[in-house]
Amino acid sequence: MTDFIWIVIALPLLGAVVLHFFGRRFGEPRAGLIGFGMVGASFVIAAVAAIPFFRGESHGEHVFLFEWIEGLGAAASLLWDPLSAVLTLVITGIGALIHLYSIGYMHGDPRFSRFFTYLNLFIASMLILVLGDNFGMLFVGWELVGLCSYLLISFWNEKPSAAAAGKKAFVVNRIGDVGFLIALMLIFTTFGTLAFEEVLNIEAWEEHGIELSVGLATAITLLLLVGGTGKSAQLPLFMWLPDAMEGPTPVSALIHAATMVTAGVYMIARTAVLFEMAPVSSAIVASVGAVTALFAASIALKQRDIKRVLAYSTISQLGYMFLAVGVGAYVAGIFHLFTHAFFKALLFLGSGAVIHAMADEQDIGRMGGLRKAMPITHLTQVVGWLAIIGIFPFAGFWSKDEILAVTFGKGGGYYVLWAIGLLTALLTAVYMTRWIALTFWGKARFGEDVHPHEAPGSMVLPLVVLAAFSFGVGFWNTPFLPSLEHFLEPAFEGVEQAHLPEGLVPWVLAVISVGVAVVGAFYAFRRYRGENAVELSPIGKGSWSLVEQAYHVDDLVGRWLVAPGRAISNFLAFVVDRDVIDGAVNGLATAVKAAGERLRPLQSGFVRQYGLGLVAGTVGLLVWFASRGLT
Amino acid sequence: MIVTPVWYMMLAAALFVIGASGLLLRRNALIMFMSIELMLNAVNLTFVAAARQLGDINGQVSVFFVMVVAAAEVVVGLAIMVAVFRRRASASIDELAELRG
Repeated sequence: MTDFIWIVIALPLLGAVVLHFFGRRFGEPRAGLIGFGMVGASFVIAAVAAIPFFRGESHGEHVFLFEWIEGLGAAASLLWDPLSAVLTLVITGIGALIHLYSIGYMHGDPRFSRFFTYLNLFIASMLILVLGDNFGMLFVGWELVGLCSYLLISFWNEKPSAAAAGKKAFVVNRIGDVGFLIALMLIFTTFGTLAFEEVLNIEAWEEHGIELSVGLATAITLLLLVGGTGKSAQLPLFMWLPDAMEGPTPVSALIHAATMVTAGVYMIARTAVLFEMAPVSSAIVASVGAVTALFAASIALKQRDIKRVLAYSTISQLGYMFLAVGVGAYVAGIFHLFTHAFFKALLFLGSGAVIHAMADEQDIGRMGGLRKAMPITHLTQVVGWLAIIGIFPFAGFWSKDEILAVTFGKGGGYYVLWAIGLLTALLTAVYMTRWIALTFWGKARFGEDVHPHEAPGSMVLPLVVLAAFSFGVGFWNTPFLPSLEHFLEPAFEGVEQAHLPEGLVPWVLAVISVGVAVVGAFYAFRRYRGENAVELSPIGKGSWSLVEQAYHVDDLVGRWLVAPGRAISNFLAFVVDRDVIDGAVNGLATAVKAAGERLRPLQSGFVRQYGLGLVAGTVGLLVWFASRGLT
Repeated sequence: MIVTPVWYMMLAAALFVIGASGLLLRRNALIMFMSIELMLNAVNLTFVAAARQLGDINGQVSVFFVMVVAAAEVVVGLAIMVAVFRRRASASIDELAELRG
C-alpha cells in the first residue's frame, strides 16, 4: 500500500545529484529553492504515507526494493512503521524549514549551491538510516550521515578551525562506529542475518532455534551503545559536538540538534528487543544518559559562545533521551526526541538569526538588548526557551517530565538517576535563562558600529512555524491523552515498556520539576540581566574555570590519548618505516651501487682485452673438461 | 693417403688459432673482422666434417645459420667502422675506448 515510500529518499537524493552538477548554473536563490522543494515534497509524501498509522489501520510494512547483499540478509528494503514514520516526518518537516531558512542565511556565500547539495544529501542519508529494514541499511545510513556531518561542519574549510572540527567529528565518530560494526558482526554470527524481522523478533528466534544468552545480548547491546555514544555525543565520546558548531548555523540546527545526533536514540529504540534481554546494558544506557545530561548542563552554565551553549544543551537533552530508552520508556524517549527536534532547531535558527544580525558576532558577552531590534525573533526564542526549560504547557514540559516520572517510577537505584535528571532540569533553567537574558534582554553591550536588524522573511517564517510547533507538539502525548503512545504501539510490540507511576505521583513530580525550573529561571534572571553579567559565575564569585574549560576533557584526551597515539605513529613512521623498512631497501641499493663501483674498471674499453678474456675463459673451460675426462 | 675427419678437425683447429691470434694481436678493426670470419669458418668446417662423418644433415643446417649471422654481423660491424672512419682518420681499435666504465 505504501510501496511508493522509496520516493521519500529518492527526491532529496535526486536534488543532491542535480545540484551537484547544475547547482552553479541555477545560482541563487534557485538552487536553494530546488533543495527546499525536494525535501518539502518528501515531507508531503511521507505525511500521506503515514495516514494509515494515524487511523490505526496499519501496523507497518516492509517495502522490498531489490536484492543487495543476500548472504547478509541485507536487502535494499524499507521498514515503514510508526517509529520510522515519526522520524521521517521530523527529518523532512524540520529539514524543509531549515532549507528555507538557509536560503536567507547562506545569502551571498560563494558556494551557495554546494551547501544545498550537501543538505539534500544529508536528508537522503538520514532517511536511509531510519527507513532501512536491516542493520546493513542502518549502517550505510549511519556512515553517510557521518560523511555529510563532516562535509558540512568543515563547509567553510578556508577556516582552519572549521577544517579541524570536521576532522575531529569524523575521527570521534569512527571510534563509536568500530563498536557498532563489531555489534553487527556479533548479530550476524548469532542470528545468521541482519534483517530486522529476524533479529528483532522473538518468535523468529524460536522458529530458528536461536537461544540468545544474557551474556551475548549484553555484549551486543553494549557495543551498540558504544556506537550510539559516538553518534549522539554522549559520554565519553561527546567532545566533537561543541566543536561541530564551526559549521554554518542551519547545519547545527538540522544535523547537530534535530536529526543526526538522535540516531543513537533511534537505534536503541529500534533494537529495544535486544536491550530487553540485557537489563545490565539498559541500566548502563540510563546511567550514561543521566550523567551526560548533568555533565553537559554544568558546562553550558559558563559558555560565552551563543552556539556552544546550545551545543552543550543538546548533549544534555540527548542524555535525557538515553535515560528514557535506558529505563525502558521508549515512547518517552522518542517523544522527547520529537519535541526537542522542534525547540532546539528553533533555538539554533534563532541564534543563527542573531549571528546574522550582529555581523557574525557569536559572543553573548557582546550582545544584549536585542529584544527591541529583533522583536519577532525574540518572541520565537522566548517560546523555545520556555519549551526547553519545561514550563507548562510548552512541548518540553510534557516530554521531559514523562521521562523523569517514569524514571522515578522504576524505584530503587533509579531514584538517583531521577535526582540527577531533576538537578539537570534546574541547571537547564539557569543556563538557558542566562543565554536568553544575555542575548535579548538587558542593555546592549555592543559597539555603535553594529546595527542589528530583523532577519529576512525566509528566515523568520521557519522561526515562527517552529515556535508554533514548540508550543503545540507536546499535546501529542499527554498523560490524559497518550496519542503518541498508541501511535507507536505497533513498533514496540512485544517489548515491555516502563510506564508512568500510578496515582498522584506524576502530578507531584510535575509540580516539583516545574517549580525547579521556575526557581532556576528566576535566579538566573536576577543574576544575569545586569550590565557586566556575562562575567558572573552561576554561583558565588569563583572563577569556575573548570566548567568554563569543559572539565579539561579536551586537554586530558590530548595528553593521554592523542599524544601517546602520536608518539606511536611517530615511532612507526620515523623508526619502523623510515629506518627499518626504508633502511633495508636503501641499504640493499647502496650495497649494489658499491659493488658496481668496484667492478667498473673491468670495462676498460680495450676490445682486445675482452677478446683475451674470452679466449682465456674458453681455454680454462677446455682444460677443466679435459681434466675430468670426456664423459 | 686417406683423408680422415681428423685431418679436417686439425685444419679447423689451425684456422681457429690463426683467427684468434689475429683478433688478439692486430689493432686494425678490418683485420680483426677478417680474423673473426676465419674463426667462424673454422667452426663451420668442423660442423660440415662431422655431419659428413655421422651422416647427419643437422650439422650442415647449422652452418647455414652461422653464415647468415656472420653476414649480418659484418654488415653491422662495417657500417660502424665506416661511421668511425668518417669522424677520425684512424682504424686503430685501441683508440676507441671512450665507453669504458
